[in-house]
Amino acid sequence: MKRFFLALLAIINGFRRRRSEEPPGPSGPIVSPGPPAPRGAELAVAALLLVAALLGVGFMFVYATESVGNRTQWEGLTLGGAFLFLAIALITAGKHLVPEEEVEEDYHDPEHPSEEEAIDQIVRESGSRITRKKLLITAGGAAGAAVGLAAITPALTLGPLLDTDELRDTPWRRGLRLIGDDGKPMFADQVEEETFYTAFPEHAKRDLLGAPVVVVRLPPAQLKLPPERAQWAPMGIVAFSKVCTHAGCAIALYRKPTFAPTQPRPALVCPCHYSTFDPARGGEVIFGPAGRPLPQLPLMVGSDGVLRAGGNFSGQVGPSYSTVRSRGPT
Amino acid sequence: MIRRAVAYLDRGTGASPLLRKTLRYAFPDHWSFLLGEVALYAFIVLVGTGIYLTLFFEPSLAKTTYNGVYAPLRGMEMSQAYKSVVDISYERNAGLLFRQTHHWAADVFVAAVILHLMRVFFTGAFRRPRTLIWTIGLLMLFTSLLEGYLGYSMVDDLLSGMGLAIGYGVALSMPIIGGNLALAIWGGQFPGVHAFESRMYIAHVLIFPALIATLIVLHLALVMRHHHTQFRMSPRATERRVIGLPAFPAQTPRSLGLMLAVAAVLFLLGGLVQINPIWQWGPYQVAQGTNGAQPDWYLGWLIGALRLVPGFDLTIGDYTLVGNPFWGGALFPLVVLLVLLAVPAAERRLTRDGSTHNLADRPRDAPGRTAFGMAFLTWVSLIFVAGSADRMYVFLGLSYEGQIWFYRVASLVLPFVAYFVTRRVCLALQEAERIDAERELAEAEAAAARLPAS
Ligand code: FES
Repeated sequence: MKRFFLALLAIINGFRRRRSEEPPGPSGPIVSPGPPAPRGAELAVAALLLVAALLGVGFMFVYATESVGNRTQWEGLTLGGAFLFLAIALITAGKHLVPEEEVEEDYHDPEHPSEEEAIDQIVRESGSRITRKKLLITAGGAAGAAVGLAAITPALTLGPLLDTDELRDTPWRRGLRLIGDDGKPMFADQVEEETFYTAFPEHAKRDLLGAPVVVVRLPPAQLKLPPERAQWAPMGIVAFSKVCTHAGCAIALYRKPTFAPTQPRPALVCPCHYSTFDPARGGEVIFGPAGRPLPQLPLMVGSDGVLRAGGNFSGQVGPSYSTVRSRGPT
Repeated sequence: MIRRAVAYLDRGTGASPLLRKTLRYAFPDHWSFLLGEVALYAFIVLVGTGIYLTLFFEPSLAKTTYNGVYAPLRGMEMSQAYKSVVDISYERNAGLLFRQTHHWAADVFVAAVILHLMRVFFTGAFRRPRTLIWTIGLLMLFTSLLEGYLGYSMVDDLLSGMGLAIGYGVALSMPIIGGNLALAIWGGQFPGVHAFESRMYIAHVLIFPALIATLIVLHLALVMRHHHTQFRMSPRATERRVIGLPAFPAQTPRSLGLMLAVAAVLFLLGGLVQINPIWQWGPYQVAQGTNGAQPDWYLGWLIGALRLVPGFDLTIGDYTLVGNPFWGGALFPLVVLLVLLAVPAAERRLTRDGSTHNLADRPRDAPGRTAFGMAFLTWVSLIFVAGSADRMYVFLGLSYEGQIWFYRVASLVLPFVAYFVTRRVCLALQEAERIDAERELAEAEAAAARLPAS
């Protein structure tokens, strides 16, 4: 009984001590009171809040009513408007209804030199039993490196990471017919000058970088192809990869002179960074950031009069990467 | 009521001392301190509208034929991804509003972050003890650029495809590992395997947002830890003591008001001003390109850089080492990031001042820093503007090639001009202030001298 009593006393005592350790509650006001808010401001805030509520309801109404024309605009107006009036209400309240006061605080110096010292000491002293530090560090480093590498090895599954041969694939082979945008074979005598055609290899997927080519026809006298390509342009028709050798966009513009003596010669232009290629000179870069000529596709005309590939491209299709040859075949 | 809620909270967390301190946290009052807040609120709108969009977006490149309400695309073959975005725009109630608001929010977010960055730079608020906050902010900015790029790339319209083609070109152009890197990311030759779409999707809706959110939390926690900087607006505002509005009640309605104002502007823009009309360009095909579709403004500096670099690949003999897109698409942004990251340490070195600073400089107070900032800004801005040379050609008929040559030269020369002009202006402003102060002093003395005589 006596023990029980003592314990109870101790508990009560503990409570009292704990309570007395708490910082004293505030005695005066913490927020400086200031004069009463102007009446008009209160009414204005209330009105603004009501308008916001109305616009909110308006949004729900527009959302639910199918016959509203320009629905997106009305939805934007009502929802945006609701936010807007709420915002004005709050800012007005902040300006006129809330006590105006300033508070001060200290900037703390973020550094604690003695704590830094202590941490350093803890770490150092924790290793005090170790005698072969170097050995352990080396072994730990080896383990860390190997296990770390093992953990990221599955990233190889992402793609054919170590074998870049795939980048050189194109669907073009000697003898493949050129198929136009409309899905029909391209007849050589239907290709006109000053026009720009897109063609694909027959029976091949179209969404490969190596598939699309641009086909243009130039007066044979204008052509200045390298000598080994002399046979690549039957009737003055030349074909180039449609994929820019700068960064892989599709060549979509054909600049053609409307008045020969004063205007620059015909050129294939990429709309992304305006690399400009000369179709008459085997796709050489005339202007812009591309570092390599457009790869040319040798052409021939079959006995049916349809354009056919005379082989694969003269170089790597698409943007350059390390090991791509800047001239000559891939 | 309030007492009971607080007691409940306190019993569970013991957080009331912290809460009390937080309520009375001092916010120095200056309009320019709100830019970071604007970015934060745009981010909140991004997350909200983004969640809505994920409910309807299908991250799949599987082909389907369009049969929806938008007549010009009917019968066209396209990916599920593109179709689902057209459907969000045309067939989901309020879908277009949320999509456009999301897009506007991204543009505003990046703009606010960059303005905030300039404010911090020109006031020297990156100095100790806030260096780490600066670093975190920069990482956040660059993550956000990638995040935005992924966002418009997932849609699989023509603009997406062209942007991705360029991204592929930049990846390929990396020295030595480029080919492997691009194959790893795309899973094969461009346009890549189907899984590439899922990769973009998980990065855009989970990995990058989570990363950005984490950086934001760290950024804000450290700001709270060190307090805001302040201008020397009253004699009581010193290096040791911060003066400002208390978080509660004075600052709370203002901040909430600002948040709602940002949301209001974004939703009004989303409802009333068209952005990225993906149905206009049609689905992406490798063989298609256009110069009508323009990417978001915050990628303009990279486009400008890609366009300004003269045409060459770095080769050894006949073999490519570094492709051309590397310079403008990878090296240039890397240099910008590294320079900005190095700013605090470089300034400590140059001024031999490693102490902590809680008072914000006015730009004129540090002519060297301000001049360097203006020079750097001029450099990046000129390259940015070069990205619109083709628009200038279309609208004003200025020769494209002539413009490119102009920007190539200007981006090398004008930064120096900006440096010297800015320095002079800062020094002149300081001088004017000194003269003003002297005159005031002299007048006060004169007045004091007259006083006994009168
Ligand atoms: S992709 Fe063609 S110029 Fe850059």
